[in-house]
Amino acid sequence: MEKNTNLFEYVLRMGDDSLILGHRVSEWCGHGPILEEDIALTNISLDLIGQATNLLEYAGEIEGKGRDGDAIAFLRCDREYKNLLLVEQTNGDFGKTMMRQFFFDAFRRLLFERLLKSSDIQLAAIADKSLKETKYHLKHSSEWMIRLGDGTDESHSRIQDSLDSLWKYTNELFFMDEVDFSLIKEGIIPSMDGIQEEWLVYVTSILEEATLSIPTNNWKQEGGRIGKHTEHLGFILAELQYMQRAYPNMKW
Amino acid sequence: MANQEWPLWEVFIRSKQGLNHKHVGSLRASDEQMAVDNARDVYTRRSEGVSIWVVESNNVFASEPAQADSLFEPADSKAYRHPMFYDVPDGISHM
Repeated sequence: MEKNTNLFEYVLRMGDDSLILGHRVSEWCGHGPILEEDIALTNISLDLIGQATNLLEYAGEIEGKGRDGDAIAFLRCDREYKNLLLVEQTNGDFGKTMMRQFFFDAFRRLLFERLLKSSDIQLAAIADKSLKETKYHLKHSSEWMIRLGDGTDESHSRIQDSLDSLWKYTNELFFMDEVDFSLIKEGIIPSMDGIQEEWLVYVTSILEEATLSIPTNNWKQEGGRIGKHTEHLGFILAELQYMQRAYPNMKW
Repeated sequence: MANQEWPLWEVFIRSKQGLNHKHVGSLRASDEQMAVDNARDVYTRRSEGVSIWVVESNNVFASEPAQADSLFEPADSKAYRHPMFYDVPDGISHM
């Protein structure tokens, strides 16, 4: 029972990351800087929503109270969402969207690679499917870091601003509490320690190539994992949930 | 601010192993890596391909439409170049 509660919480956190970031990226649909990038962003968004579907459906199964993925995605209050603060941050300009994506993709790739060996078969299967998508997202966002950072004066200074404003949310990627500790002990999830080191090595190497500098101010912001969010989440949920709240059980 | 358009690229997709890359369209990208990525997103999202080639359109040297008469029409009257005057022996299928 205890194990199920922890596993539910963990899968919910991952599912919420995919759901909220997927929704954020979908806001670009029709607004991309060029047609090709507009399609790329929409593809990424759809991948993330697909991952959210798999994860939240699974969370519903673990919970065993008859909630399906839709009920979990659309019918919770803000404090019940456990996504990272990073993924709910506003899109800003295209560079800021890519910076957010880059931090997240670099983390998710390392996480999924390790979850392939999870003792939980379902989680390992979701990781296997998602890893291929995530590797592409990371390639895409990494290339944009280099292109924008090592681009024009304007692109460099704008992407550096995005780096400065989002850096404080990156520590939460490696958040661990008793949920994680017990699942680590059971071999269901990996420890974050190795992941954090590898993440920093990768991110630093790309940002250096992009001629960008990591902020030296080490002040960090977190809270999403325990349901304490920035003001942005409420606006996302208002848009995300409007249809189900206004017309309960509506299907199309 | 100058409105500089990114270069145009021609995209070729191989739909299966063993088949040729075929021209499928064109797109804009700032460099070859972005061109491959964009081609992947624009032209293979419904499993159309297993390999992508991109060529900057500037590098394609094309025949002149105005010369079509002299280039292609002479072949029209040379039906003997087609292997259509042979009797196919019985028992040969798929011809």
